[in-house]
Amino acid sequence: MSILVDKSTRVIVQGLTGREGTFHAKACAEYGTKIVGGVTPGKGGTTHEGFPVFNTVQEAVDKTGADASVIFVPPPFAADAIMEAADAEIELIICITEGIPVLDMVRAWEFLQTRRARLIGPNCPGIISPGKCKIGIMPGHIHREGPIGIVSRSGTLTYEAVHQLTTRGIGQSTAIGIGGDPIIGTNFTDALDLFNRDPQTEAVVMIGEIGGNAEEAAAEFVKARMKKPVIGFIAGQTAPPGRRMGHAGAIISGGHGTAEEKIKAMQAAEIRMCKSPADIGETVVAALGAKAIA
Amino acid sequence: MKIHEYQAKAILKKYGVAVPRGEMAESRDEAEAAAKKLFDAGASGVVVKAQIHAGGRGKGGGVKIAKSLEEAADLATKILGMTLVTHQTGPEGRVVRRLLIEETLPIEKELYLGIVIDRGEAKPVFMASQAGGMEIEEVAAENPEAILKEYITPGMGLEAFQARKLAFRLGLKPPQINQAVQFMTGLYTAFQQTDSSLMEINPFVTCTEGRLFALDAKINFDDNALSRHPELKELRDVTEEDPLEVEASKYSLNYIKLDGNVGCMVNGAGLAMATMDIIKYAGGMPANFLDVGGGANAEQVTHAFEILLSDQNVKAVLINIFGGILRVDTLARGVVEAANKTRIQLPVVLRLEGTNVEQGREILKESGLNFIVAETMKDAAEKVVAAARS
Repeated sequence: MSILVDKSTRVIVQGLTGREGTFHAKACAEYGTKIVGGVTPGKGGTTHEGFPVFNTVQEAVDKTGADASVIFVPPPFAADAIMEAADAEIELIICITEGIPVLDMVRAWEFLQTRRARLIGPNCPGIISPGKCKIGIMPGHIHREGPIGIVSRSGTLTYEAVHQLTTRGIGQSTAIGIGGDPIIGTNFTDALDLFNRDPQTEAVVMIGEIGGNAEEAAAEFVKARMKKPVIGFIAGQTAPPGRRMGHAGAIISGGHGTAEEKIKAMQAAEIRMCKSPADIGETVVAALGAKAIA
Repeated sequence: MKIHEYQAKAILKKYGVAVPRGEMAESRDEAEAAAKKLFDAGASGVVVKAQIHAGGRGKGGGVKIAKSLEEAADLATKILGMTLVTHQTGPEGRVVRRLLIEETLPIEKELYLGIVIDRGEAKPVFMASQAGGMEIEEVAAENPEAILKEYITPGMGLEAFQARKLAFRLGLKPPQINQAVQFMTGLYTAFQQTDSSLMEINPFVTCTEGRLFALDAKINFDDNALSRHPELKELRDVTEEDPLEVEASKYSLNYIKLDGNVGCMVNGAGLAMATMDIIKYAGGMPANFLDVGGGANAEQVTHAFEILLSDQNVKAVLINIFGGILRVDTLARGVVEAANKTRIQLPVVLRLEGTNVEQGREILKESGLNFIVAETMKDAAEKVVAAARS
């Protein structure tokens, strides 16, 4: 098992014919993901790198039976692409695009409340269930299949955590990057809930960062409902207040959203916190005990 | 992106938000001319306000009232060029280059209005409070009920009934309600149409004769939306920013200068923050945050390297790259090019992982340059902190 994606997931790529879309569509397909087509308005009816291209998401869904979409559309058009996918009854939308205007996301988020779709991102690396399906920009080869769920606001820091696990012989059930923007579709609590119910997942690594209070909300969920060990890390312990640290959502504003507050809330929920990002692998080993090496 | 008070007020005025009469001045003469216009129009006094991108200007001595033309000119001379230190500027302060010369008003009450994006609700929230003139964060911490909130339904604006609700709860008098509704709905329209991320009117004042004004105004724009507002981009004042940060922004690099002596270059914001953290954990202090991004090319890496090295405090450099989209060989080529170009004398610790890591390591080896290679993040942090000390 895994969460949200598996071998049967059928994926279309919105923005397939762009540089990023092309590169990652091929990389995902090489990993074994069923990439069934792409959408680029005006290029419908052609094929690109062997993938059929459609003008609209609706047409792509009708012709290919896609149930997931990954978005590589440039920022000014990305929120519209999210809404188009949701309207075409795509179940899982993964938006990689960084730099979407926040008021555009406000509209898209509201629209999503009226549709069935789940959005992951934007401004995220995507989702991977090792050995089954990779939808996103993460390097597939660093992963291996196993019992650890990962949920993170960061891209490369997630790769770092995965690397620390894989080199210790510990695999991952699903790794999901929820994105670094202030408004995102799937939050920590949603992902933890899914991992809680996934039989393959035995423990979860949760990687947060400064800004907002999603980690605090997740800590409440862990305290009340989580049946599996959670290992945590918060990036930005040395970040100055009032400055946006790369991610649009990574900012301490009005004294809130500090690493300290988040670490305190997570410790109170008995999440095993790693002081240093280099300790993630070892902390998972300790949490799993003898079960660690499959 | 931040803008000055006088720029914010000019924008708000276009949306029907009442602001005091006034003009920006960059010299004593301009200040005197602006003050003369106001006195001639019947103002009983003028305020000389330092324009810097930081709050707390009044307490820092950057806001003064003049009762005569001569006094206004003298105050302008005094404030222009002064280094204003407030709780938001840091100890180094900011040099005042511009003033806003404004009419004084017969103030009765100081209130607060603000608009931000509520992340949890995923919509804008319009806030109002009777506790004007104070830091809203303090009000929120001590007495959260004192902040009134109305959420904006996406696709709609601040509706008149919402503004009316806020106006009555602020204790405004019946004849002021319509004026307040126009003020608040205008403010929200400005927020929405300029793609702002924050607007604050603090204080929002009532005058003894009943009129309402934005006595101060703060606007931040959403950087991600600036591409569709070229006219707003023009309002950027680079003299308010760190010169290295301005330079970095030219190459789409996320760079923030800090106080330590370990320079760091990382790909990805989360990993960059974690790298800063682990440097501190190893006993050092980061000199900067620098995220070269997922799609960086060799040229950007070269620029990033040059910017890092132009910080005189930097004693050693840590490059921590986990190649995903940014392939390690690309990064390695950029580093070698930059190291050759800048004739770097400082120790450089490299920690590389991910896509094409073997080719990347090969390029570094063949370069003949004396890099310190580290295996893990912990190893890298310890090596760079030791190198910065020696």
